[in-house]
This record gives sequence, structure tokens and C-alpha cells, in this order.
Amino acid sequence: MTPLAGYLLVAALVFAIGLAGALTRRNAILVLIGIELMLNAANLNLIAFWRYGPHPEALTGMMFAVFSIAVAAAEAAVGLGLVISIYRHARTTDLDEMNRMKG
Amino acid sequence: MTIVFWVLAVTTISGGLAAVLLKNTVHCALAVTGAFAGLALLFLQLDAQFAGFAQILVYIGAVAILVVFAILLTRGSETPESGVFSRTWFAGLCIAAGVFAVMAWAILNSVSALPHETVAPDVSVLQIGNALMGRYVLPLEIVALLLTAAMIGAVIVAMHEKGDVK
Repeated sequence: MTPLAGYLLVAALVFAIGLAGALTRRNAILVLIGIELMLNAANLNLIAFWRYGPHPEALTGMMFAVFSIAVAAAEAAVGLGLVISIYRHARTTDLDEMNRMKG
Repeated sequence: MTIVFWVLAVTTISGGLAAVLLKNTVHCALAVTGAFAGLALLFLQLDAQFAGFAQILVYIGAVAILVVFAILLTRGSETPESGVFSRTWFAGLCIAAGVFAVMAWAILNSVSALPHETVAPDVSVLQIGNALMGRYVLPLEIVALLLTAAMIGAVIVAMHEKGDVK
């Protein structure tokens, strides 16, 4: 197994764990944590391909990962703001109970 | 495949598993912080120092704190009697296992077309700064705009409504 394949396997496993968390947990905050894990796994793929790719001096993969980290931070802020807003309205963060539109 | 890689991989994966499986939400937040730290160390192991330290600053410094505050503000640390997993947990688990099986099969059965680079790339912060201000200046401006809009939006969404009793 090459080093690149090792990093890709770790990233795939972290992605699958994040997906499982996002699909199986009830709490909205933990679903967001699962989504963050998936984004991080994608970043690990980008950096591994940058490191073992032909032109690392072009910095493409690392810049992609840095911008992706910034977008993930914005996503986390808006997502947690929405969770707090929904909690204030419905007094719950249980996603199984959020089955009505228009509140 | 050094021993450091395996130690970091086991740390990251066990942190992620604990974040998904633990019952107490605060423990989940702590475990996911461990997973973020493991990923940052994997970035450092891949000679991406800038991305690794950005990961530590943004994820461990900001996102983890934000998650803990959200848990405190929503009383999410109380474990519900109905269980922490949703009714459709088995389907979700099957989907995740299937996705992992497909990705692992694709990784293990593919031949790398890339040359196997063993020389570590020498990237200085000066080069990164030049790239950010030169070739990547437009994405940088767009990310700055996006972050500003997202922060204002998050504050407006989470702000108290008029007449809302505290």
C-alpha cells in the first residue's frame, strides 16, 4: 500500500463515520458535527493529493483546503445559529420531532 | 507508512467514532475536537504546515467552542429517554457502510498514475502569501465576502425576536 492510498483510506473512513453520524443521530448539533467530519475528510484528500502529486510547488491542493476550511467555518456558524433559533422556537433539537413546516 | 501515521490515523478514527457513538453531547464535542486535532497533525505529517495550523486555529479554536456554546444554549447535554439515535438508524448505518465499502474498493484497486513523490515540498509562508495575493486573490476576496455575510447572517438568525420573552 502506497502512502497516498493510506491517507485516502483514512479519509474515506472519517467520511463514512461522519456520514453515519449525520444520518443516525437525533440531535441537530451532532448532525452538524458529522457534516464537519465529512468536510475534514475531503480536506485530507485534497492535501494528500497535493503532497503526492506531480507539482506541489503550485500550491493548488493546499489553497483549496485552506479555502475549504474557511467555508466550513462559515457553514458551522450559520448552522449552529439556525439550531439555536429552532430551539428557541420549538424547544427541542431532536430532528425526529421537527416534522412540520410553518412551525 | 510510518508508525507516526498509524498512531495519528488511529487517534483520528477513534475520536470520530467516539463523537458519533457517545451518548452525552458534551463528550461528543470533546471527542470531535480530538478528531480535528488528529486531522491537523495528519496535515502536518503531509508537510502542509499552513493548512495544519489553520485547521488547529479554525476547528479547535473556533468551531469546537461554537459547538460547546450551542450545546449549552440548547440544553443538548441532557440525554433524551427516547435514545440518541434516530428511528431510521439502521438505514443510515447501511448507507455509510456502503459508501465506505465503495470508496475503499476504489482506492485499493486503482493504480496511481501520479509519480510517487518522496521529496517533501518546501513551502514557505512567503510563497503562500504571494500565491494568495497573486493567483488566488479573487477566491480570497470571495471568501472574505462569504465570511462577512455568514457572520452577519448567523447573528441575525440567532438574534432574539421582537417580543420574545427571554
